[in-house]
Amino acid sequence: MSLLEIENATLRFGGLVAVDNVSLQVNEGEVFALVGPNGAGKSTIFNLISRFYDPAEGSIRFDGKDLLKHTADQVPGFGIARTFQNIELFEQATVLQNLLVGRHRHRTTGLLSNIVFSPKAYREELRHRAAVEEVIDFLNLQAYRDKMIGGLPYGVRKVVELGRALASEPKLLLLDEPASGLSVEETQDMAFWIEDIQTQMGISVMMVEHDMGLVSAVSNRVMALADGKELATGTAAEVQSHPAVIEAYLGTGEISKTGTSRA
Amino acid sequence: MRFVFKTSYDADISLFKHRAQAVWYALLLLLVLATPLYFVAIGDAYLLGEITGMLILAIAGMALMLLTGHTGLPSLGHATFMAFGCYLNINLLGAGLPWLIAFPLSGLIAGALGTMIALPVLRLHGVYLALATLAMSILTSDFVVIAEPWTGGIAGAAVPDINIFGMEINRYSTPYKFYYLVLAVAILIVWFYRNLLRTPTGRSFTAIRDSEISARAMGINLTRTKATSFFLSATTAGLAGALFGHSAGYVTNETFDLVMSITLLLMIVIGGLGFIHGAFFGAIVVGIIPVAIANGRTFLSTTFDVNINVPGLESALFAFILVCFILFEPMGLYGRWLKIRTYFELFPFYRKDMFKRQKSYLKTDRVQ
Repeated sequence: MSLLEIENATLRFGGLVAVDNVSLQVNEGEVFALVGPNGAGKSTIFNLISRFYDPAEGSIRFDGKDLLKHTADQVPGFGIARTFQNIELFEQATVLQNLLVGRHRHRTTGLLSNIVFSPKAYREELRHRAAVEEVIDFLNLQAYRDKMIGGLPYGVRKVVELGRALASEPKLLLLDEPASGLSVEETQDMAFWIEDIQTQMGISVMMVEHDMGLVSAVSNRVMALADGKELATGTAAEVQSHPAVIEAYLGTGEISKTGTSRA
Repeated sequence: MRFVFKTSYDADISLFKHRAQAVWYALLLLLVLATPLYFVAIGDAYLLGEITGMLILAIAGMALMLLTGHTGLPSLGHATFMAFGCYLNINLLGAGLPWLIAFPLSGLIAGALGTMIALPVLRLHGVYLALATLAMSILTSDFVVIAEPWTGGIAGAAVPDINIFGMEINRYSTPYKFYYLVLAVAILIVWFYRNLLRTPTGRSFTAIRDSEISARAMGINLTRTKATSFFLSATTAGLAGALFGHSAGYVTNETFDLVMSITLLLMIVIGGLGFIHGAFFGAIVVGIIPVAIANGRTFLSTTFDVNINVPGLESALFAFILVCFILFEPMGLYGRWLKIRTYFELFPFYRKDMFKRQKSYLKTDRVQ
């Protein structure tokens, strides 16, 4: 059964068609990768799912519910968590506090019980703390638990951001370039984690990634995009050998007659 | 150097990091509780009044700290909320309500009014929000004049004494009782504030401060959370205003002016943005400077027969100190204290960039 269904989504920024009539399904328990050259509309599709952008046409359904009827801050409530291409962590907080914010959708106490720190608020804090510790354990973040984000190296921040998304116990995890800027070893760790997230936690993963090594290692299905249009969908090997994809990345070998070129 | 071995989740949730810290705060509490004894001994409560004034400023500082330091929303209009609290308190007391009801109620109504004003303004970011609240601050004194039946207009209004179950409290006739009352309010607000910061509400505030976009992606409703922060901030400012009224005894349209709003902002920047301690450190600095200037003048004129009567000396000094802090210590006094402490804790491994901030607190309005 498909968890996320995007049908004929189109998004225009003025004259530019960022996402052009794209349809895709992410099935329960699969890793789905979006690949394509820069400006292909991959991150834009993420922002459509996150409801940061409104599509001009088309529908987005998650778990049978129409996401377009909801606002950005209601999306995590359905069980969609995401990371950002240029890490968006809470810089002046510790790793622990960042992960705790990820638990926001599971919050059950209101303002009043927070202010007086009622027993209910205390029990809730203990629960959140325990859940976050599992994530810390899973991602080996113990050494950084009380460190401020501002002083952490890039690779660790990337992991913390993944942790923050995991802390919300999502059904679907959106990873925007999880391996960009990571070393070879860190990328391998990331691949193992994505596998574990899929197989052990049963979370579906949708990711945007340029590193084809990582994409082929972890994804069940891959969709290639260029200029907002779907080029091909299939296994990593199928997509990589698809003529339209090769053309998008490498060109046709002919000098363009129209004077436009693809980045 | 101290190593804290955490053996339960409570270690991350409790108010104090370790026992030694709890002991230090207990000692501080004893000190502030015993302070009046000194003034009883010397038989002059003038300086105790100044200390009480500092505590009231610290409460107002905490109000602004929550909004600016923890939610990242600058406000140049907090004197307005203090004015709301003060005049509401006067009117509610005048209507015959007991102080124990009138005081919290004036804070809550000030909070509600503040939120109503804030809702349209909250769509603005950074410097635009600062400008909008600045306008509010400028309008305040005019509104006080217009609302003469309730505020006494230009002539001003006398603030009734506090009466708690028959116990009369007045700043001048019973300075010790007034001190303890203000102290109790301050401690209660600190406790609320600390609780807030260790629970989801406070975390959603700091999340908005550091990254609005990812706060939304974590399921935080920006408008509602900002409005909550504004409500709590305006409520606290209202309470501070009510206490300020009791402390001043008489308030006019010029009491809660723009200078007061700016002083509050100055206070929290000097004290250290984003720390509850910062509100107190800032209040101490702001409270001490006028006293220091007055004493310095007296000293110069009596010892060297030099008379300095430069108008605006106080404001100039404030401005100079603020500029120095922004240039040399953006984290404020509390930040400086943290650095000194870390230097000795880690000696000799302290690095200069350990407290480097990547983004300034105002940059909440970035989009992807």
